[in-house]
This record gives sequence, C-alpha cells and structure tokens, in this order.
Amino acid sequence: MDASNYLYISALLFTIGAVGVVVRRNAIVVFMCIELMLNAANLSFVTFSRINGDLDGQVMAFFTMVVAACEVVVGLAIIVTIYRSRRSASVDDASLLKR
Amino acid sequence: MLELALEVGQTAKPEAVMFWILGPLAVVAALGMLLVKKAVHSAILMAFVMIVLAIFYIAQDAAFLGIVQIVVYTGAVMMLFLFILMLVGVDSSDSLTETIRGLRPIAITAAVGFGGLMISLLGHATLGRGAVGLAQANAEGNVEGLAQLLFSTYVWPFEVVSSLLITAALGAMVLAHRRRTSTRPTQRQLSINRFRGDSLGTAAGLPGPGVYARHNAVDVPALLPDGTPAAESVNATLSARGDMLDYKKFDLSEVNTKVEEEK
Repeated sequence: MDASNYLYISALLFTIGAVGVVVRRNAIVVFMCIELMLNAANLSFVTFSRINGDLDGQVMAFFTMVVAACEVVVGLAIIVTIYRSRRSASVDDASLLKR
Repeated sequence: MLELALEVGQTAKPEAVMFWILGPLAVVAALGMLLVKKAVHSAILMAFVMIVLAIFYIAQDAAFLGIVQIVVYTGAVMMLFLFILMLVGVDSSDSLTETIRGLRPIAITAAVGFGGLMISLLGHATLGRGAVGLAQANAEGNVEGLAQLLFSTYVWPFEVVSSLLITAALGAMVLAHRRRTSTRPTQRQLSINRFRGDSLGTAAGLPGPGVYARHNAVDVPALLPDGTPAAESVNATLSARGDMLDYKKFDLSEVNTKVEEEK
C-alpha cells in the first residue's frame, strides 16, 4: 500500500481539527480539536519516518506528544480557573482583555 | 477506483484492508466531534480517533509510539479531559448555535481550500522513489533504535522537554490553587453566631429535609408545624439550581387515601 495515503488522512484530520477550533464555542471541545491537529501532525511524522527509513520522525512525534501533554495540563488548568471566576466554559465569554 | 478495489481485495495486503476500514471511520469520528452537541460525546469520538491513530502507528512499524499513544492519549489525556468535563459540567456553550454571524461558512470555505491545497500538493509531490520502510532502522528493535537516537542526537531537546514537563506541572498547580479570601470560622465562632444571632429559631440546628412519612429525599423541603415549607431545610445549592421539588406533591390532603374494596 502506498504510504502517502496516511498523509492524505493526516491532512484531512488536521483540517477537521482546524475547523473545530474556529467553529466550536466550548473551550474543552476547542482543546480537543487542537489535540486532533497535533495528532494529525504526528501521523505525518510517523509516515515520513517510514518513507525515509530512519527513526528521526518517530522521535519528533515523541516530542510532540510530550509537548501536547504539557499543553493539556496547563490549558485545562486555565479553563478550570476561568470557569471558577466566570461560571462559563465558552470561549466567546472570555473577552475580558477586550475591555 | 478499480485499482483501489483490486488492492483492497487482495488478502496479501492486510495493511490496505486495515487502512480502508479504519481510515474512513477515523475521519467520520473526527467530523462527528464537530457535529455532536455534548462535549462528552466529542471526547469519546476523540478517544476513538486516537485509538485508530495508534493502530496506524503500529501498522507503520512504530510500535513504541503506538503504545505510548494509547497509554498517554486515550489513557491519561482523555481521562483528564473527562475529569474537567465533570468539574465544569454542561453549560450553554455546548450549543451549536452560531454566535458570530457568517463564521461557519467562512470557516468551512477556508477549510475546504486548505484541505484541498494540502491534498493536491501531496498528490503532486514525488520523492522519485518508493517508501524505504523501517526494516533496517528497526533491525535492533524499535525501542532500542529510538533510545539510541534520544540519548545521542536528541539528548539536549530531551532534557529541555523534561524541564518543560516540570514547569507545566508547577504551572497547573499554581493555576489550580485557590487562596482562601476569608479565614475559616472556628467552632467557637460558629457557636457564637448561632446563639447570638437575630433569632434563636435555628439554635438547635437546621431542620432536616423531607416531608415526613411521605417523602424523605434531600430535595423536598421539610414542613413546619403550621404546614408551611421550611426553605432552609434544603441545601442552598439545590435551591439555587432550581432542583427543589414542590412539597405539595406529597401533601396528605392531595394523596388519594380512599381504600379500595377487596373483592
């Protein structure tokens, strides 16, 4: 099977994640869509690692996973803090910096 | 299309069969993530997409990453998401109504443009050779190969990433920490408040909830001797949420007390 099929599906998943970030209002769903985009990029890394025949791509995907885990921890803590003070997890409501 | 069917039909290529079954499922689940209303359903679809990706990794000779994907993502990260969903609960932001006018058509147009561009670029790009495959790189085992790279070429990024993890853990603790704005009242203070307050009506403690003998749930107010409901017998959170039941449903005069005759 042609390995580039994985690249197509990675591009599709990335695009779907990007739409989700723009369209959805719930901060947690937005966050999950960001995770989807990171995962799509990881799939590309793994596929390129296979195409090129070395493991550097897999190491990159590994680093992406670590950074994504950090991002989830801090991001969810921020969401909880905002929810505590504003009683809402909507990204549209958190426009405090505008005023 | 015919070639595709032939390729899928050949049992000699189990990877292709796996791909053409799981790939569309992953895309459908990812689309469903955008379209379902409840965040919990989104989370479950997300977990499905991540498991499919883990299978893809393993199919592409990245066994270590596949396992890590399941352990870290579907195990830890999705559980974290579900915990936060439990804390935050369901609110109006779950609805799919458009708050910024014209956002959705613009987003979909941009996405179709971006996705089309990516896929057509990928379709035109050629390496001039086929995929090399990881048989040689994985000769000593996938984990061993990765470890060799991580602790030689990538040792500096590895250390930096570890400091990033510690910083993130500290950051989460600082963000989640809440300082008390008032001092906690002592037993003595509580006692003084109870007896030196405006009235002695609650000096013996608040009445327990429930209309006695008919219903004793926590969301029904107790009845005072004169038949009026005692609002303070129900937890303030329940009454604020509007979950307090009407006591009248359990009033004895409303209940059918006629005994049916036995045949």
